[in-house]
Amino acid sequence: MTPRKTAFAAMAGAGILAATAAMAQQMANTMTLVSWGGAYQNSQNQAYAIPYRAMHPEVEVVWDESSAEAVAKLRAMNEAGNITWDLVDVVAADAIRLCDEGLAMEIDHDEVLAPAPDGTPASEDFGELIVSDCFIPQIVFSTTFGYRTDVKEWGGKVPTSVCDVFDLKTFPGKRSLEKRPIGNLEWALICDGVPIEEVYDVLETEEGIKRAFAKLDTIRDQVIWWTAGAQTPQLLADGEVVIGSTYNGRLYAAIVEQKQPIAMLWDWQMFDLDGWIIPAGLPEDRLARVLDFVRFATDTQRLADQAKYISYGPARKSSAPLVPEHMKPHMPTDPANAKHTFLFNYEWWADYRDDLDARFQAWLAQ
Amino acid sequence: MSDTTTGQGGPVSAGGVMLAADGRPLKQSLARAQRRQRLRAFLLVAPLLAFVLIAFVAPIADMLFRSVENEIVPETLPRTVAELRRWDERSGSLPPQEVFVAMARDLQLAETRKLHTRVGQRLNYEYTGVSSLFRKTGRRLSRMGRELKQAFVGLDPAWGEPATWVELIGAPDWREAQAAWAARRARAGADAGPEPLFRADPAIAALLPQTADFYAAFARAIQTEDGDSPTEEAPWPLVYDALYRDLSGGADLSRHTGPHADLLRAAAAAVPGFPPVSIRDEMLKVDDGWGDVAMWQTIKAYSGRFTNGYFLAALDMKKTPDGIAMVEENRRIYLMLFWRTLLLSVGITLATLVLGYPVAWLLANLPARHANLLLILVLLPFWTSLLVRTSAWKVLLQQQGVINDLLVWIGLISDDARLVMINNQTGTIIAMTHILLPFMVLPLYSVMKTIPPSYLRAAKSLGATNWTAFWRVYFPLSVPGIGAGAILVFILSIGYYITPELVGGTSGIFISNRIAYHISISLNWGLAAALGSILLFAVLILYWTYDRIVGIDNVKLG
Repeated sequence: MTPRKTAFAAMAGAGILAATAAMAQQMANTMTLVSWGGAYQNSQNQAYAIPYRAMHPEVEVVWDESSAEAVAKLRAMNEAGNITWDLVDVVAADAIRLCDEGLAMEIDHDEVLAPAPDGTPASEDFGELIVSDCFIPQIVFSTTFGYRTDVKEWGGKVPTSVCDVFDLKTFPGKRSLEKRPIGNLEWALICDGVPIEEVYDVLETEEGIKRAFAKLDTIRDQVIWWTAGAQTPQLLADGEVVIGSTYNGRLYAAIVEQKQPIAMLWDWQMFDLDGWIIPAGLPEDRLARVLDFVRFATDTQRLADQAKYISYGPARKSSAPLVPEHMKPHMPTDPANAKHTFLFNYEWWADYRDDLDARFQAWLAQ
Repeated sequence: MSDTTTGQGGPVSAGGVMLAADGRPLKQSLARAQRRQRLRAFLLVAPLLAFVLIAFVAPIADMLFRSVENEIVPETLPRTVAELRRWDERSGSLPPQEVFVAMARDLQLAETRKLHTRVGQRLNYEYTGVSSLFRKTGRRLSRMGRELKQAFVGLDPAWGEPATWVELIGAPDWREAQAAWAARRARAGADAGPEPLFRADPAIAALLPQTADFYAAFARAIQTEDGDSPTEEAPWPLVYDALYRDLSGGADLSRHTGPHADLLRAAAAAVPGFPPVSIRDEMLKVDDGWGDVAMWQTIKAYSGRFTNGYFLAALDMKKTPDGIAMVEENRRIYLMLFWRTLLLSVGITLATLVLGYPVAWLLANLPARHANLLLILVLLPFWTSLLVRTSAWKVLLQQQGVINDLLVWIGLISDDARLVMINNQTGTIIAMTHILLPFMVLPLYSVMKTIPPSYLRAAKSLGATNWTAFWRVYFPLSVPGIGAGAILVFILSIGYYITPELVGGTSGIFISNRIAYHISISLNWGLAAALGSILLFAVLILYWTYDRIVGIDNVKLG
């Protein structure tokens, strides 16, 4: 039986058996969660889904690893009029887009989400990380650099600044960077001497773009471009590159779990947010189930629990003290790691991405 | 003619028509039998035909359509598009006030329908900055024209009542239907269904065109989008702006006798004293992006129901007020990628042919026992996941990989001069040649299997050398296999994207990688469709050329 049919059957059955207990909310018993796969999805399963199922053994949780194409797929589902997902993990930029287009449900954060243990309402606990009315923040992650610790040519020096990525004399060897303009252009300008608060203004000008590409030109021959987060850790482990950018959780797995000779370079890490959205237009029983789950899965303890399995910072302020001590030095939000950081500017990139991406691709192809 | 039977035929009727055993004319009976047979044959292929239609023809038609359709602009911004027609985009000056008013109204409606960022994104493909301009303005529209609303309500508090507006603008028969619905709902609750969709009174629409049009749009939008009723919601401030424009535009109210005629007349008398409101200034205050003439030119250029914009973009061109031009040098990418895709695909096809021909020959000529083993080796890659094969090539080819290690170990190259064989074109060619090799070997093998070995022996016994015998006898007979294999490999490789994405670096990626990017990341489905259509046409043209030169009946799969 499809989830929907099961739900209808359950509703019909309940109606016949207990017509008087009518208004008790009926909840669907299957739930499709969409995430990114890999270690991250595993951490969500361990911290949220398994404990939830322990409380509600009748619920079946189905995982779908489609978050990378979530916007495209939700649009297609919306056009087809058949939403098969119940809760979708997306980055903040996608959440904003889905919310603007009415594909995600707007929620009242204080009503839907649990308050902190001390009674602070959810909207204050999450604070400014609620970047959209539809967005339920989960974690703060960063795109940052890792480097090999055993490069002979470096003569004992280790990179301490993101600008060392552009320094081929002191730190020779191949680098890996993400095959998109976001992040790379910002780092190029920062290392060309532009103060962080002016980076996006400079990038709006033709000279600014030229300047950023000129800086990237200095290392272009030495760059391997990645498209999937797992590539940099693999390239580092194989010794194909000596320094490379990726999501900090991926580097954590390579360093701590696989014991590779890699170290973190936290300088000017680029913060981004990841969280849930609920697709708009869910049937009532499925919505009731999802709201019940999301309230549980984003409470203070659950968000802190996730940090046991992956080194991403919980989005609630009240979760921070509950993060296990041994994980704290690996968190992007740890004060020692967060001396220089920036949050990539969602609105700015929403405007400039199409144009800069065309230029970036043309530049790559030169 | 007599009614006798003739040798092989059936009985013959009085009219000289042959009859079948059941007495019907033979011709008819035969046609019936054939029709039944044709029907049976059709029913046998019907499932496949339906499948092809649903899974292949329909999506391709949809794709071709998406590459030219531009409905979102005229449908979401109909008033703006109409007003822009009267603006001369070459004048170099900003559009007049009416265009700004129309844009504000369209955006307000789009915002309610959650379409303003969609249309903003659509136009942002053509002009950077429209996306956030629409988004930002959308948030502020509900405050535009506030002063006018205050002025109207200050004049008479009735203007702040939803009921006033419904009675003023609503068509009498709609108001009756609405009242009936309200009574039904009071009895039956939610079972009464949705409220009847708002309709404006034609009389008032003739008198106050802008107000009636925009108020009706407002009423319908809140009915369909929010599930609210116009009888309970006061209109947006921009509706008051519309009324202000109608009244100050000199609407003749002297003979108007509809509801609230006095209220209207009082307002018309007071309007000259109202604070002047310029929607243009208010929009410019929200964002000075509205003062950009080039942006308005872009909106006008892309205001049609259909557009060639996606196809132009797919060919590195764009529309300008002075006609079609190439995009700047530093943004050109697609033509180069098309060209590269074709060249690399030809290269890969040739490589599979050179490598596959001897293997197929061996397969066809070895004793069955060995041939079967070899065939399994050829097929083995087929049974392995594409990703595994591609990743295996990474392990082999990378600079710290198996092949480089081996070469360094035997001393052919030095440790700091390791070959770069992956993340470039070489990587793409090697990996794809390997992956597509079976598609060349199998058709070749099945054709070679049918070439009798006695032909070669005959040639040699007539004095041909080994080479002559091969080149003049064997090779021509194997050409249909080459044709089939080459077409298969070429067409498969032209649309490949996973392997180039993983091993192609920057110089080895194909046009299909950009198509995938526009489908799933940038969501520019129109451009992806245009790129896909061009690729489809390119393949069809090549196929046609092949048919003219080699002849398609010269292709054999076995």
